[in-house]
Amino acid sequence: MGSSIIQAVIDGVLTGGVYALMAAGLTLIFGVMDIINIAQGIFVILGAYLSYALSVHAGIDPFLGLFITIPALFLIGIGVEWGFIRRLKEGDRTAMSILVTYAVSIIIEGVLNVSFSVNYVQIHAWYVNRSVHLFGFYLPYIYLFGFAMAAVLLIAIYALLYRTRFGASVRASLQDRTAARLVGIDVRRVSTICFGLGVAVTAAGGMVFGATNAFNASTSYDLISRLLAIVILGGLGSMGGALGAAVFMLVLEDVVAVVWSPVWATAVFFAALVVVLSVRPAGLFGRQVARAQ
Amino acid sequence: MHGGISRKRARRLGVGSLLAAGALAGTAIAGSAGASTRHASATPITIGVSLSLSGDFSADGQAFQRGYELWQTDINKAGGLLGHQVKLDIKSDASNPTQVATNYQDLISSKHVNLLFGPFSTLLTVPASKIAYRFGYAFVEGAGGAPSVFANGLNNVFDVSLPVTDNLVQFAKWIAALPPSQRPKTAAYPTSNDPFTEPQLPPAERILAKAGVKTVYSKVFPAEVTDYTPIADAVAATKAQLVMLGSVDVPTVTAFIQAFAQQHYNPKAFIATGGPDQGATFVSAVGKSNTNGVMVPNGWYPGYNNAASKKMVAEYIKKYGGTPSGVNSDVAEAYSVGQVVAQAVKATGGTDNAKIIKYLHSGVTLQSVQGPVRFDKVGENGAAAAFAFQWQGGNFVQVLPTTDPSSVKMEYPKPVWGS
Repeated sequence: MGSSIIQAVIDGVLTGGVYALMAAGLTLIFGVMDIINIAQGIFVILGAYLSYALSVHAGIDPFLGLFITIPALFLIGIGVEWGFIRRLKEGDRTAMSILVTYAVSIIIEGVLNVSFSVNYVQIHAWYVNRSVHLFGFYLPYIYLFGFAMAAVLLIAIYALLYRTRFGASVRASLQDRTAARLVGIDVRRVSTICFGLGVAVTAAGGMVFGATNAFNASTSYDLISRLLAIVILGGLGSMGGALGAAVFMLVLEDVVAVVWSPVWATAVFFAALVVVLSVRPAGLFGRQVARAQ
Repeated sequence: MHGGISRKRARRLGVGSLLAAGALAGTAIAGSAGASTRHASATPITIGVSLSLSGDFSADGQAFQRGYELWQTDINKAGGLLGHQVKLDIKSDASNPTQVATNYQDLISSKHVNLLFGPFSTLLTVPASKIAYRFGYAFVEGAGGAPSVFANGLNNVFDVSLPVTDNLVQFAKWIAALPPSQRPKTAAYPTSNDPFTEPQLPPAERILAKAGVKTVYSKVFPAEVTDYTPIADAVAATKAQLVMLGSVDVPTVTAFIQAFAQQHYNPKAFIATGGPDQGATFVSAVGKSNTNGVMVPNGWYPGYNNAASKKMVAEYIKKYGGTPSGVNSDVAEAYSVGQVVAQAVKATGGTDNAKIIKYLHSGVTLQSVQGPVRFDKVGENGAAAAFAFQWQGGNFVQVLPTTDPSSVKMEYPKPVWGS
């Protein structure tokens, strides 16, 4: 049993890194724009499909293909922001964003169903089913590579936010949009780029998700509920919170599944979520004071 | 679109009932009237169906749609039903048990369809069958074979496919009959908490336990899991020589196979209740080299030695492309529903649902692309043949029963993953 628990913890940490990557975009978008992006799940699947298409039709390795899919999703994100999000009025932005991004999600789902059909697919590469034997445990390459990539990308996002002038603009917009405007920050431009970035990182998360799960467009519905749970637990707008909450969620669920029962795994996580939110309503790493509009 | 006479009759009855007994009762009578009307020769017979064209069951739902539409094309080419063209009215339920009930309510009370076909999955058949029962419609379906469908005491539900509790029995008996030196010593039974999968494992586990196969893992997991890896890893840690997986779809099976391969765990036999029967979809998801030796129980496969089945498979490939191994068993299940209803309509001389229900309960043996159909008192197909299939070298072949001339030798022990 001891080794099974350790294996479950390893599984949870590695998978948690990938979920953190998917959730990072969601929390970044909310933090800067007050947008609850319900379409984040379908963007993950869109990223998975793009990697799949490049792999199947052009023979491009899924990790190398990210050099194409990440910019592609960045542009798609900017297009969605320009076409739908920017037009929302400031006052009811958060509530309306749920409806608008849900509509975007439905549109993309329809396009994917027409383009790829509803049949399940999965991304294949030499490392997808292989693993390395370390300290008595088999560690799948795909999760190791995915976790390493998640760490690199999350550090890159962190550096962008905290080590660049653009990051200072983002953080200023995150703290107070009106005050940021008053000091000359182009909040609209910052928001557009942040939405693009938030969508772009899903290309990486989606690729690993698509290599570890069979998926079709409808898979996005399962994903978005989990991603929302992660960012709420971590604290809306907190990048570190997304990572911490994703790892916490996956490790807790995986250990409960092994020690007790898989049926209780999700229930225990949500019970933990309720407990955490009752003690810290803003989540593990969230800010206590709501930002002014 | 709908029969003019029947609509007028339905409306008259509906208005009268509204005045007399309120809206709900009125709708019910209107629906019943619409369902039992004889037709002018030029009017089509409309058949209402709700399918999961999006959501979790979308792959199966769309395969079902193809099966129904293939049957519709064939029956219309052959002159229709009793001289009437057949028109399908298909609504999407997004794999939602609430929406499926709404859809059938609408098909009956607003669209006044003459007949109904069932949706995909036990999960959706249960609420849908109750609506059909309330309005007196016969409810012939092909993918709701779990005990929960037949536990409600409804006399209008008929499943043309193999009852799910019998699915794994044949395979379990085959394993139990192996010489002790070849028989697996241990078995794992992970299953999704789905009404289709859960009832299948206990009968097989009992047979194997009696034969001395020790159960080393028997746990239920939710239908929607964040991460299958720890569950599959826990099964791998038991080193069970036989795995019976209660799965309803391709992603579940794929996740287990991937985790087993990553853990270098190769059971002697691996059989899953659903997923490997999904033809090309399964191969594409899991990778061809990982399909070798994977098994699935079912009542039909594309190479089934049945003239009607061969014709349907050929038509399917002509219309949609691909190879016989790529034809999903959902297509045959849907097609069979159409065939059974057509035989009942012809035998009763119309679309009177009360007569159709009575006829289907009469013990008559009907024919379908899945083989003979004869309903018992609860509506299960007591004549359905049970098979087990296996992927061998990229082909989906029948391996059980061994007495059937169409069966080929089972690959046992299963080849290692990726070979």
